Parts: sequence; structure tokens; C-alpha cells
Amino acid sequence: MSNFDFSTTLGNAFFNTPIFTASGCASSGKELSQFFALSEIGAVVTKSVMNKPRYGRPTPRMAETPSGMLNSIGLQGPGIDAFLAKDIPWLVEQKSRVIVSIAGETVEEYATLARKVRSVAGISALEVNISCPNVENRGLVFACDPEASRRVVDGVRRTIGGEIPIIAKLSPDVTNLPAIAQGVVDAGADALALINTVLGMVINLDSMRPHLGGKTGGLSGPAIRPVAVRAIYQVHAAMPQVPILGMGGVSSGRDALELILAGASGVSVGTASFGNPHAVIEIQRELQELLIAKGFPSLKSAVGYAHREESQ
Amino acid sequence: MSEINRGAAHLNATVLANKRVGQYHQIVLGIGDLVKNCRPGNFVAIKVGGDSSKMILRRAFAISRVAESVSFGGTMELIVAPHGSGSKWLCSQSEGAELDIVAPLGTAFGIPTQPVNALLVGGGYGSAPLFGLAEVLKSRGCKVDMLLGASTGGKIYAPMEGKRSVNSLKIYTEDGSMGELGRVTEPILKLVEDKAVDVIYSCGPMGMLRAISEITAGSDVVHQCAVEEAMACGIGICMTCVLPVKDDSGQISMLRSCIDGPVMDGSQVQWHLVGQVPEVAP
Repeated sequence: MSNFDFSTTLGNAFFNTPIFTASGCASSGKELSQFFALSEIGAVVTKSVMNKPRYGRPTPRMAETPSGMLNSIGLQGPGIDAFLAKDIPWLVEQKSRVIVSIAGETVEEYATLARKVRSVAGISALEVNISCPNVENRGLVFACDPEASRRVVDGVRRTIGGEIPIIAKLSPDVTNLPAIAQGVVDAGADALALINTVLGMVINLDSMRPHLGGKTGGLSGPAIRPVAVRAIYQVHAAMPQVPILGMGGVSSGRDALELILAGASGVSVGTASFGNPHAVIEIQRELQELLIAKGFPSLKSAVGYAHREESQ
Repeated sequence: MSEINRGAAHLNATVLANKRVGQYHQIVLGIGDLVKNCRPGNFVAIKVGGDSSKMILRRAFAISRVAESVSFGGTMELIVAPHGSGSKWLCSQSEGAELDIVAPLGTAFGIPTQPVNALLVGGGYGSAPLFGLAEVLKSRGCKVDMLLGASTGGKIYAPMEGKRSVNSLKIYTEDGSMGELGRVTEPILKLVEDKAVDVIYSCGPMGMLRAISEITAGSDVVHQCAVEEAMACGIGICMTCVLPVKDDSGQISMLRSCIDGPVMDGSQVQWHLVGQVPEVAP
């Protein structure tokens, strides 16, 4: 047990463990800290923050679905200035590793956000969320358009010199995911976060209209795990050298291992925390036990193991 | 550590009793010393459906009351209406079953430091947490009057032992099958105008809470209401259960009913904006 190396890296950022929270599923960390010490997990990925404060979408914002849920939050948040002033110092005080997730409506907004994040100490990486499905205009889902994805990451790259890695978060709702992934890597992304939620809808049989206030929502939970595994496997096959932060329906150590075998260097736990406030810390323990039981000397030796040659 | 969810624990609790009371189930859980953290207004989030369930989200229930006894230790009582698949599963659990719970969660009802005239208003099984509250108010020397309403008599939850903790109890049903014919909100206006009440505590459907807020608007009566909004997590991380609430400076924020509620100041909730997004910038 003591010789096992559980650490991972995303670009030039080092993490003691590969299990993180998922953006939008841990708020800014305070809520979960009653249940486990945030310093014990790989990192807290904060809820995607925009430049200005934002109300988000109208309620109802949630619908449970078989082995999953739809959400339609719409990036409610305090805005980057209040977030950096209040939430980051608290996380740093907890000795937590922090990945800040940003979301914008324009290429310029992403660059502005990146510049503000860069000026604050204690942040390990920047997640560029270009794939939130809960925006008013589907045209704003940058990650559905290779050229728009590339321009956002390029703008952020020009702002962040290489001090912290840029992780581009992509949507599975595209035809050719490896092509979009290649585009953002060429534009300067150091790592990829796969996958954001899958666009969905529930119709309420009482009102006989879409149930969510925002009509459509993002599907998450175990129902989408096979989609995440496929996306990670495809992108890792195309670009084995690019680190992937995997996410999508992970609710146990075996689920996390599945994403790692597909090619993820780290795994974020999202919706599972809604049903189990100890999910992140339990999955981390289970994953370590499972890797050791399977005979891996390190986390890194398991990354992408499902891609090995037939003879191995 | 943060103040949020302070006092909450995630543990297995044993079902000590589960009996049908009218259209509801009264479920008693053994929670040991955790009772010391529970206050009237707090809620519990319970995992439903067993380990292989396709239901991935907890169900939130108001804590009806807590008690401590020599034979059972600390206990928590819930009143559950078997409506959806999660609550039906819960109501089917027999004595001795283990439940995965997170509790206590959310804000509690504010208890006045001086003896006051308190009016407790419950709609349907929303009355459940009011009986535990009534006991606390009574012990502080408050006069406690209770109004309960429902569409029909079968949906009124009013246990015998609960009646002892109130000075008066009046029941209203919309079909007249129990108590008086009419809505529970009807007598409130006169009580407010007569200055016969200092604080209203309410729990029930959002329409009822809104109607009470409209009656108390402009008066000196404080209205503490326990709101009900669909939650995914119950611990403040999912941002689904938000309500538009105005603070003292006039700023409207979308507050989480799980950690900034469920008990909120009825005069600050922007009832007309529920289900909408405020037009003014946050």
C-alpha cells in the first residue's frame, strides 16, 4: 500500500490523488467540508463562474430520470470578482488544491476571466467550460463548433502564459469529438475535461409541457457513464499524450477505474455527491484499493490501459 | 470548516416504527445523539430505493419532532405521504430496516426570546413540523394557536398528543369534510388586524405561504415560512432549489431553500417571481 503511487498530473499541475469534484457539483467547497476534509482529495473544481453575477435559469431546475437527472441551472453565480475575493481564500486556507472553472458568453469574456484568475495565488489549473448546455442560445455552446472552441482557448492561452494548465471542458453532443479536441489542443489547451452533461428534456405529464423552466437541461448521473467512457476512449486513442480529466456518472471506485482505463488521468465526481455527500472521498478510497488489488504499481500505469495491444 | 451544514451528519438510522396515520405514514428513526442538533424546521435527506435503485437522489422530509427516551435513545419522527416512488419505498420500510440519512439540514424556525402570541399554520402534511415547534414555543411561555387546512379531511395531520401542545386548534377543509368549510388562510386577516398575533409560522404548499405573506405585508407580524422547492442534493451544492429573495438593501438573490431555508422570512421571498428570473441585474 505504502509503495503505491496515487498521484497524477494535468499539464504541469501535480495532484496527490486523481479524484476531484466536478464543476457545478461542489459549489465552492464549503458545503461539502462538513463531510470530509477538502485537502484529502485531488482537487476541488469550482462551479463555472462568469464575469458578472448571474441569476441563472428559472425553476424548476431539476428532474430526476432513470439512474440520472436533468439540471437546468444556467450558471447562477456571484461573478468572478466576488468569487476570487471570497471563495478562493477560503479554499486555500483549507489547504485544498483548486481548479477554477470559467464560462463566458464571448471569446473576450473568457480572456478577461482568465486574466483575473491568473492574478490570484493558490490556483492549480484553469478549466475553460465551453460546453455548458444551459445557455439561452445553443449557438453559444462553443464546444459544438470547432472554430469557436479554438478561438476561446486561443484567447485564454494568450492571457495565461503557461503558469497554470488550461483544461478545456468539452461536450459529448457533437459528431466528431476527436476533431474538436484536436482543435483546442492545437490552440493551446494542456488538458481536456470530458464530458459535460448531455442535452435532454423531460415532459411533465400533468402540465403536458417541458418540465424544466429552461425547457432543456443537462443529463448527468450513471445513465451517461457509457457516453463518458466512449468519449474518453475515442479522444485518448486519437491523442494519447494529452491528459484527460474524466467525468460522467461516476459513483463508485469501479466506475472511476473504468474512466481511467479508457484514458483519464483524473476523475471528477459530480452528481454522485448530490446523493451521497461522502461520494468523492469514498470513491477515492475505493479506487485506490481497486488499483492495488489489480496489481497496478501506480495510478499512471492504469491510465489508458484498455488501449493496450491484444497480446498484452 | 464552514458554517454551512454545521451539525449535519451522514449515518445509518434504524426504523423503530412505521405506522399508517390516515393518508400518511408516521415513521420513527433512531438517530442517537444527533437529536441534540435537530431544531424545529430542520429537514432530513434520505436515500431511497436500496443500493441498486435507479433513483439516485435523496428525498427530503421535514423533521416532525425529535425526542429522547431511555428505551430508544434519540429518535426522529417523520410524516410521509406516499405519493412518488421514493416516498412509497420509504413508507414500505418495516421496523428494523436501516436507512441512509443526512440530517439535520437547513435553517430552523426562529424562536422568540420573549413570550409572544404565535400562530402556526399548516397545509396538508405540512403541519408535521409544527407540532414539534409548538412544544418548544409552549416551553418558552408563548401562546400557541394552530390552524390546519387541507383539501379534504383525510389529508389533515393532527395527532392527539400534538393537540396538547397548543392553546387552540382549528381545522379547515375545502370540501367541508372536517372542521370548517373553507381555506386555512381565511381567518388570518382578522387576527392580524386585531393584533392578536405577533408571529406566524407556516408550513405547507407554496400558494398557502404566499397568501399568508400577502396578508401580513405591511403589518408588524413576522411570517416565518418553511418553503418547499424541488431539491437534488439538500446540502447546497446543486443550486436547483433556489427562490428569489430580497435582502434588506433591496437586492434580489436566488437563495437555496436547502441551506438558506427551508425557513425563510415570508416578507422577503419574492413570491411573484418564483419560477421566473428577475429582470434587474443581480
